[in-house]
Amino acid sequence: MEILAKSADRNLLLELNGELDHHGARNALRELEMALDAALPRKLVLDLEGVTFMDSSGIALILRAQQRMQLLDGSLLVRNIPPQAKRVLDAAGVSRLVTIK
Amino acid sequence: MKTKAANEVVMEFPSQSRNENFARSAAACFAAQMDPTLNELEDIKTAVSEAVTNAIVHAYPDSIGKVLLKIRICPENVLELTVRDHGRGIPDVDKARQPMYTTGGQERSGMGFTIMESFMDQVMVRSVVNKGTTVVMKKKLSSRIRAPK
Repeated sequence: MEILAKSADRNLLLELNGELDHHGARNALRELEMALDAALPRKLVLDLEGVTFMDSSGIALILRAQQRMQLLDGSLLVRNIPPQAKRVLDAAGVSRLVTIK
Repeated sequence: MKTKAANEVVMEFPSQSRNENFARSAAACFAAQMDPTLNELEDIKTAVSEAVTNAIVHAYPDSIGKVLLKIRICPENVLELTVRDHGRGIPDVDKARQPMYTTGGQERSGMGFTIMESFMDQVMVRSVVNKGTTVVMKKKLSSRIRAPK
């Protein structure tokens, strides 16, 4: 799991690449927290285009991102979700809780 | 009431998180002989990933134990997946299966069983505290073999 962070003008874009399972999510969660602490963004975009597999570990990561952005009074957008990851999010009902494009 | 499998494989591995990838890939690889659709293969990988992760995170929270994965190809194109551990067990299986319930802290979403149930036709859980947990999942795959015209 690799995360590429791009930050400008209190907008933070995180591009996730690789397998977002429990093994990968541990590091991803840590990197998410560090990137948020550093940028304190108003808007966070999680781009999942490069995610080749996702299970419920990815849900924990997205919900954590949502929670952090609410505390920062900001917004979260999850975009470019591959079909397998989308079905996981739908099965868990997360698509109703999080803004998805 | 055990059905005879046309083919089966059993593997055992230590409860290290790097083996989550191995387990789901192995399951998909073995199931490939059933000529599944891409969606079915992804469903299999996702369900195995959830069950194996549960064993790794919850059965052996502070140690490395053994996780068994059995994959059976049963009659009528049914795939049966068994994930077994000899860990600390689940005191209340019904509660553990509820959406959003987790003892895993912020790292876990509590949606593992919900996803297994959604991606498989049948999910059975047997657990004895301090003895271990067995999850058996079944899925009937679509038959893609068409009768010749």
